[in-house]
Amino acid sequence: MSDGKEVERAQEKVPESTQLPPLDVIGVRTGMFGANGPGDTSGYGGLVREITMPGSSERPYGGWFDEVVDVLAEVLEEGGTGFATAVEKVVVDRGELTIFVVPAHVVQVCRALRDDQDLRFELSLGVSGVHYPHETGRELHAVYHLTSVTHGRQLRLEVAVPDGDPHLPSTVAVYPTNDWHERETWDFFGIVFDGHPALARIEMPDDWPGHPQRKDYPLGGIPVEYKGATIPPPDQRRSYT
Amino acid sequence: MPDSRAPRSTRATPHVYDADADGTPTFEASGGDWSSIAEEAARLGEERIIVNMGPQHPSTHGVLRLMLEIDGETVTEARAGIGYLHTGIEKNMEFRTWTQGVTYCTRMDYVAPLFQEAAYCLAVEKLLGITDDIPERATVIRVLMMELNRIASHLVCLATAGNELGATTIMTVGFTGREEILKIFELVTGLRMNHAYIRPGGVAQDIPPGALDNVREALVGIRHYLGQLQDLMLANPILKARAVGVGNLSLTACMALGVTGPVLRSSGLPYDVRKAAPYCGYETYEFDVPTSTDADAFSRIVVRLEECYQSMRIVEQTLERLQAMGPGPVMVADKKIAWPAQLAIGSDGMGNSLDHIREIMGTSMESLIHHFKLVTEGFRVPAGQVFQTVEHPRGELGVHLVSDGGTRPYRAHFRDPSFNNLQAVSMICEGGQIADVVVAISSLDPVLGGVDR
Repeated sequence: MSDGKEVERAQEKVPESTQLPPLDVIGVRTGMFGANGPGDTSGYGGLVREITMPGSSERPYGGWFDEVVDVLAEVLEEGGTGFATAVEKVVVDRGELTIFVVPAHVVQVCRALRDDQDLRFELSLGVSGVHYPHETGRELHAVYHLTSVTHGRQLRLEVAVPDGDPHLPSTVAVYPTNDWHERETWDFFGIVFDGHPALARIEMPDDWPGHPQRKDYPLGGIPVEYKGATIPPPDQRRSYT
Repeated sequence: MPDSRAPRSTRATPHVYDADADGTPTFEASGGDWSSIAEEAARLGEERIIVNMGPQHPSTHGVLRLMLEIDGETVTEARAGIGYLHTGIEKNMEFRTWTQGVTYCTRMDYVAPLFQEAAYCLAVEKLLGITDDIPERATVIRVLMMELNRIASHLVCLATAGNELGATTIMTVGFTGREEILKIFELVTGLRMNHAYIRPGGVAQDIPPGALDNVREALVGIRHYLGQLQDLMLANPILKARAVGVGNLSLTACMALGVTGPVLRSSGLPYDVRKAAPYCGYETYEFDVPTSTDADAFSRIVVRLEECYQSMRIVEQTLERLQAMGPGPVMVADKKIAWPAQLAIGSDGMGNSLDHIREIMGTSMESLIHHFKLVTEGFRVPAGQVFQTVEHPRGELGVHLVSDGGTRPYRAHFRDPSFNNLQAVSMICEGGQIADVVVAISSLDPVLGGVDR
């Protein structure tokens, strides 16, 4: 350090609000060009990088997000559930609000979001799943997208359940539209929505083994031969990830 | 039934198998003369009949299977069975680059392919944080293509709806009108469907010279065919007798079932994503959201016809803007995202322009490396998730994208409006006549490519 002023200036450049929140690690990436072992002559083979999702956000969230979270907290407290028990964390990323909900309380949260006049998320755009095999104990995520036609808002609920016990209360009683969406999420990810009126497979045949959208489920496909060369199926090819 | 609840099982509801159904008389009808079946059924004296309609029935808009329990001519229970066209597009997208994803999602709802492309690209751009960097010209071209596609999709809906009632002229007029739009698509994208034209960062290439005049000419034709359709449909006593008061779905039911698009608007709520959460600059266009309060199959026909005219209004505005702004970039300036090649028509069809090939193969090794890396590896997208909705001809299309910071989507989910709207089948068919089922389903306008993905 030659000059103390330079350090000061560097510190000035970082505004307080960009302090990075704790990160949500969903996996680890090694190497760089998809080649492992002796095939990798790039020198990047030893590279290890954590894959992190945007973590919990600090207040103020900005825009209407604070108001919605405040009202939701108020309604949940009144209902006896308690905001801290029902909500794991609030993430604001790319101008979108995500509320992580504890599996047992997802129905109460949905009901509060639908019924309170200041929230009024009356339109559900369905449920889908995401499989994060590296997030031990929280492998399967169910993601709900809710829209408030009244207030012109949109938010996302995310619920994480462990692979070993993938049970989640069904929200069909609150949002009847989630019927088929929950069936699809069961079909593709194996998340069991307890209390669903008829949780049968919807896209795959009834006797299909496994849940195809999970990361541990192979894509399938056969090698393609062309002019003597063989091209492996897409999931077995070298990839850059 | 085994007690599956005792230890918390990871199995869902077991497959329903009714042992009582063994030995139930079943008939198979594949067109032709039904009298022998009717006689046999009359001999059995059973009033309650379960009719399996589809998945290969021409009036089910693709491979939709309907299970109808009928009592005489009345439908007492209706269930939809789907999945016959499930091709795992979402799973496949996880093994392709972000740019290649467009080629997959365009194949979902094949009647309105440009909406999937646009929604997907908007979502990728939101993940990349480059939404504001998309060139204005690319955005206007996107709007132009989407609105033309909306008209084409509505024309197919109206045409098939007429055809299913035996009105072949409605069908031929609708498809002839759509042909005008498909010609434009072929001119601009090179293809009549499965375009992969809208790409993350912009569009694949600029509209060709003279295309604006072609669109103007096409609009004249479309207006002509829409007029014919109006004449054939709006005061047609037979069509009205079949469609008025059929397939009723109230506003409350629509909201509960998450039904959006023309069906929701036919029940009175002017909810349109282009107005509620504008994207692609829709807030700067002048157009109205047509609604009705009749909430039946006929009002949906009227709403769709009206929407075609509103789309034409938007198309005219895009033509003016494209004319006024003149040539310009149609892809984001960031060379790390923009596809490196420019396309050109060669003697063997469309491909990389010869100028580009000359550059990368002859003069600039750096260009070659850049081209190779971007085409084979693709670009990386910062980790996170987004949800992007657009107003699809059938309702609200949502794209949920998750990135793990890699060159491929970690998860891509499409909330297809037809998939969701088909849940209303039970509600709009039960209690009605069996002949009305076809009318009711066609008023939902499901496209099974989108339903099953």
